[in-house]
Amino acid sequence: MTAALRFDPIRLPEKCEQLRKEVRAFLAEEIAAGTFDPHKPNREDTDAPEFSRRVGAKGWLGMTWPKKYGGQERSFLERYVVTEEMRVANAPTRRFFVADRQSGPVLIKYAPEHIKMEILPRICRGEICFAIGMSEPNSGSDLFAAKTRATKTDGGYLINGTKIWTSSAHIADYMIAIFRTSQPTKENRRHGLTQFLVKMKQPGIQVNPIGQITGQYEFNEVVFTDFFVPDDHVLGEVDGAWKQATSELAYERSGPERFLETYYVLTELVRAVGPNPDTRSAEGIGRLVAQLHTMRRMSVSVAGMLEAGKEPVVEASIVKDIGTVWEQQLPHRVRDLAAFVEETATNRETLERQLDFAIKTAPKLTIQGGTTEVLRGIIARGLGLR
Amino acid sequence: MAESDNIVVETAEKIFADLADPQTINNDKKGAWQAPLWQALSEAGLPLSWVPDDLGGSGASLADGFALLNAAGRFAVAVPLAETMLAGWLLAQAKIASPEGEMTVLPASPKDRIAVDADGSLSGRARGVPFAKAARHFAVLAHGKDGAVIALVDAAKGRIESGLNVGYDHSDTVTLDKAQPITLKPAPKGFDQTNLMLMGGVARSLQIAGALESMLDISVRYSNERVAFEKKISKFQAVQHNLARLAGESAAALAAATSAADAIANATAFDDAVYLEAASAKIRCAEAAEKGGAIAHQVHGAIGFTLEHILHRYSLRALAWRDDFGSESHWAVELGKLVADRGADELWPLVASR
Repeated sequence: MTAALRFDPIRLPEKCEQLRKEVRAFLAEEIAAGTFDPHKPNREDTDAPEFSRRVGAKGWLGMTWPKKYGGQERSFLERYVVTEEMRVANAPTRRFFVADRQSGPVLIKYAPEHIKMEILPRICRGEICFAIGMSEPNSGSDLFAAKTRATKTDGGYLINGTKIWTSSAHIADYMIAIFRTSQPTKENRRHGLTQFLVKMKQPGIQVNPIGQITGQYEFNEVVFTDFFVPDDHVLGEVDGAWKQATSELAYERSGPERFLETYYVLTELVRAVGPNPDTRSAEGIGRLVAQLHTMRRMSVSVAGMLEAGKEPVVEASIVKDIGTVWEQQLPHRVRDLAAFVEETATNRETLERQLDFAIKTAPKLTIQGGTTEVLRGIIARGLGLR
Repeated sequence: MAESDNIVVETAEKIFADLADPQTINNDKKGAWQAPLWQALSEAGLPLSWVPDDLGGSGASLADGFALLNAAGRFAVAVPLAETMLAGWLLAQAKIASPEGEMTVLPASPKDRIAVDADGSLSGRARGVPFAKAARHFAVLAHGKDGAVIALVDAAKGRIESGLNVGYDHSDTVTLDKAQPITLKPAPKGFDQTNLMLMGGVARSLQIAGALESMLDISVRYSNERVAFEKKISKFQAVQHNLARLAGESAAALAAATSAADAIANATAFDDAVYLEAASAKIRCAEAAEKGGAIAHQVHGAIGFTLEHILHRYSLRALAWRDDFGSESHWAVELGKLVADRGADELWPLVASR
């Protein structure tokens, strides 16, 4: 075969099911205590620092990391269960999600030991929030066109330029960003970018919120003016960020967050149609559930490959491509079916409010964290077409 | 399941490569390939994979049999291998020994029912029965006053109206009118037509997934050969993105089908979880057959629309297989009803249980 794509039927081990029960019980308590409303889709509006600390206290942040950094050395599949249960419950995860999924693993791989000892335990305790500084006004999918400069100075670098579309920058304590330390070479246009750890909330950094079409302000413009970053905050090889960026993508792209973003409208539709749906509603729900189940089985399969130490970059890109297109279409398919829901359905108002929000959210899902076009390019390369 | 890692699949792939090469078969207008292929498969004991040794079969595991069906899909095998396997499996549920030769199962649609009379004779009509015309025996699931029965019937006892499915394979209507079976036994407790349809649906899902793997393979190869506008068409971004989507559909079909096969192979009962897995596989694989097949044809252009080219052996069969043992529309309605009946807050626990 040209393309030996494998999606083995990985099953979550028994210990995951015990953990799932614990997570559900914890979330039920949080809901009962009024921390968040599971029917409210715009969980991003709630910054929940205390909730974040309680999740950390449970040992569910950095749970796959070494114990010496505050982690639990648990499996990637266990982390998967925590992530999907939080997502389905609409828990306010924004404060810790990026640090747990992405920033922590980057630090573990590339930060000096004393930085790891200082920061990683705080992520595990749910104390600090991370942002990712990749995109710039003229550089989005084309990451290697980034222009924000890091100029060498005594003991570190001076940063000048602008990052944009930076989620959570307004609440973040740290950012992991790429800055230009050298010009690209003729042979390698990806050369010259370096990854840095940036301590936020300091003079020289200005965070300007940007309104989104959902009405939220969760991404930002971040302007750096002669902002100083010390030498020991360089992550990995100077000028060599391009070598570091790709292998982590499998973690970022294949998780349950890549198909569950609008899941709540499906639950609410099932509630609205009641126990005896007409044929059209039953058929519509059946198809959506079959597609959801398939997505999840693919995603779990990739999680199993990651756990086994593989780098399933193409498989992960397929999961994100299919998953995000699915979660983008979901509110519209639910809307099709909601048209036939009885006016008397008790949750009709909730469903309509959720649809309103999900329909506004939908366009971003195939853009954030790697556009559909970029993903299909990666898949095409995996097929030997590029 | 791209590469075989078990002896059953290895054996089958060798036979398929030698005797079921799609191009050779496509060039053979008289069907001379059929007899040698069936003979080789029979000598290797593959059609009766799911029949225990003491009932005349080769006693392979469910998992190995499923992997074999996936491989058969990769070669678009057009002999009643899947049908004989399913028939043998059905008969074995009631401890009925399998005879030699081609078999098929009826009914093959959830809408049709065969009735058993007090005298043990069988009556009813089954439509869309795959390869009924080629079968020497039928494995029949029938219902009577005392519940479900399983029977072995001489094919000569049925009236067959011959038909072809969209993939040019036999899909026939079989009418039984007080037909006396060779053997008839009660079905095991709890076994009913839904079990047979789910099992048949998973078999078809694996075949569709296999066909899609091959469609992806030959489409990628063709795009790397065909030159248009002075470059290989694989270098056009529009073509690349189409092929990436085909890879996605192929991957989704494979994941859904192998997951359902794994679920059945390890199940102690056909519970809601198995139902979710098997119904989802049939629904998702059928959708992939449509979307993926359309892309494979688009990439091939006019040549893929010709009888000379092998693409249609995969694309049309994958589309035809959607109809057997309940279409995706049927299973979507049934799965939707099951989900609605369990209630909104039980949906996620069901999905997460897999």
